[in-house]
Amino acid sequence: MAAQLDLGDIQHFLLARTPALAARYEFLSFESVAAGRAWLAGLVPKVGTGQSVGTASPDARWVTIAFTCNGLRSLGVDDAALATFPEEFRHGMAARAEILGIVGDSGPDRWFGDLASPALHAIVILFARDAGERDRCERQHREYLSTLAGVDVLSALNLEALPPFDGVAREHFGYRDRLSQPVIAGTGEQPTPGSGSPVKAGEFFLGYEDESGAPPPLPRPELLSRNGSYLAYLRMEEHVGAFRAFLRRQSETRDQQELLAAKLMGRWRSGAPLVLSPDKDDPALGGDLQRTNDFLYKEADPHGYRCPIGAHIRRMNPRDTAENMQRRKMIRRGGTYGPALPEGAPDDGVERGIAAFIGCSSLIRQFEFAMNVWVNDPTFKDLDNERDPIVGNHDDPFDMTIPKRPIRKRLRGLPAFTTIRGGAYLFLPGIRALRFLASGNAEQLS
Amino acid sequence: MATDNDSGKPKALAIPKEGYFALQQGRYGPTYPRTPACHGFTIIAKIKPGTEEEIRAYGTRIEKTIEANPHALAPLQLHYLRWVLFDIGSDKYFMYQGIFDTDFDKYTEDAIELFKATGVNTIFEKLEGFPTDWKTSAPAFIKFVREHQCPSFLEYGEYPYVSAGEIKKALALKQAFSSMLDHMQ
Ligand code: HEM
Repeated sequence: MAAQLDLGDIQHFLLARTPALAARYEFLSFESVAAGRAWLAGLVPKVGTGQSVGTASPDARWVTIAFTCNGLRSLGVDDAALATFPEEFRHGMAARAEILGIVGDSGPDRWFGDLASPALHAIVILFARDAGERDRCERQHREYLSTLAGVDVLSALNLEALPPFDGVAREHFGYRDRLSQPVIAGTGEQPTPGSGSPVKAGEFFLGYEDESGAPPPLPRPELLSRNGSYLAYLRMEEHVGAFRAFLRRQSETRDQQELLAAKLMGRWRSGAPLVLSPDKDDPALGGDLQRTNDFLYKEADPHGYRCPIGAHIRRMNPRDTAENMQRRKMIRRGGTYGPALPEGAPDDGVERGIAAFIGCSSLIRQFEFAMNVWVNDPTFKDLDNERDPIVGNHDDPFDMTIPKRPIRKRLRGLPAFTTIRGGAYLFLPGIRALRFLASGNAEQLS
Repeated sequence: MATDNDSGKPKALAIPKEGYFALQQGRYGPTYPRTPACHGFTIIAKIKPGTEEEIRAYGTRIEKTIEANPHALAPLQLHYLRWVLFDIGSDKYFMYQGIFDTDFDKYTEDAIELFKATGVNTIFEKLEGFPTDWKTSAPAFIKFVREHQCPSFLEYGEYPYVSAGEIKKALALKQAFSSMLDHMQ
């Protein structure tokens, strides 16, 4: 029997999606152990848990706190304990950037907001019902910081949902987002048709049985690691002008543009999956959560005539065409930042994009695998010289094959539609672990 | 690295001592280049004394597994496997040579799952220095493999850079073509 999820201890972040329309991420650095602990002690009571945050919760804002490896050290976790954490986490995303294809224009030497700096210790993630509430919380946090010495805000990022605020999450290229996500076993949630069976909790939270059938070893002290998760943070600029210009250049009609956009993603902008609706958009299907994931690839579309093999969603979740899929699942959280670029407007040079967290229990097996193999392997599934058209590194020219009868279409030398502007590996501790970090003393907790 | 895609022209490639031309990091260590003889590895390790017969018997077991389920090893994207037992002095060594279509850094975790499913692990467990916690620690398993991997210094392909998928497609086409000719007679 798998142990029951300790919902009162696990931070809500990966367990529940909150109805937030605005957010703010603050990236912090602690000048001393005492400063970090004092800051944390005041914030722990504000952090939501799996228990306190449900969709019916009346909250207007949700707080999450996570740390880099340097951050854990800056709070007094000693090197012997840190050595029991996985190597990729200890090294951090900047050191692993080459493996992830985060190089060239996306390289850590060009990141914004000091994210590649060893001084990055913590991130506080604030999700809020609206921008007004977000700004109120920001002021409150600023006042709180002014009462403490030695906690510096290295940088911050404000996020806002994109119009028309009709309850549908969209990203800047115009695609509907947040349609598919893994269901965690033990939460009682039922997967929608086609979403696959629930994934064992140990794939996302430390201390539970994972899909191997055993709980993976816990980093020490267990008080710190139990009920924790790892997060990969990515700030991804979307070049909306370049994306739209590409669609126009490659198409003669508006319908062709929409079809091409769908071929790159694997879903129409409405969210309707190509496997179920290959020739024309079907907005009702796109938004119907009972139907929008109800498809597989192996039998329905083995050669990619409907959804190209290299389309973003077919790479990021090949469903029944990859091995051990239950061990590669990721939970996505985050939102859009920057203003929407109005249809027809020329690119204004303003940075806009998605700033997201990918949650998992093994960065190397889940997140790094996705980036290294699914996103950036040019020979993924026997393709030749292709990368993920949306998030792949396109500093060098890579192509995209769109299988079609009688002959396939080959798009040569895709431009980069996105550039990584920052990233980090973080540990998202449980509530007891946060209190332990704040006090530096295990005894005080009992 | 650019590859010469003329599969009709035999090609040889000399490889530096490290096993690669330029260091390119994979998740678990350096990645190795695709050569005219595809990707692959050669793992050499000493066996625990007295385990030779068990290891040999395992050959028969794999034969049966593949008979029953011809696609059991498909996830490894293999061309060939060669397993050899040989002596150095009075010690017995095992060599595992695999030729496949992708760098082994990429799908190592899938390979481990497959080793568990098909029981190939029983052989690994007979090798000296094999980590006892390999089932729960993919990194420990992979470290062992990498420490015992001996990169080639020369690889040759009579029909270079051809993937197993391409070969199988060509064979299917040939079969279809010859059955068409049969029907035309
Ligand atoms: C700016 C960059 C990106 C954009 C615009 C983007 C956009 C999208 C959209 C529109 C969907 C379809 C909606 C859905 O299935 O929920 C999607 C699906 C998905 N994306 Fe991304 N994405 C980006 C980056 C990433 C990254 C970096 C990862 C992970 C490393 C990722 C992982 C996924 C996964 C796992 C799915 C679900 C696929 C499925 O289950 O069928 N995406 N993405």
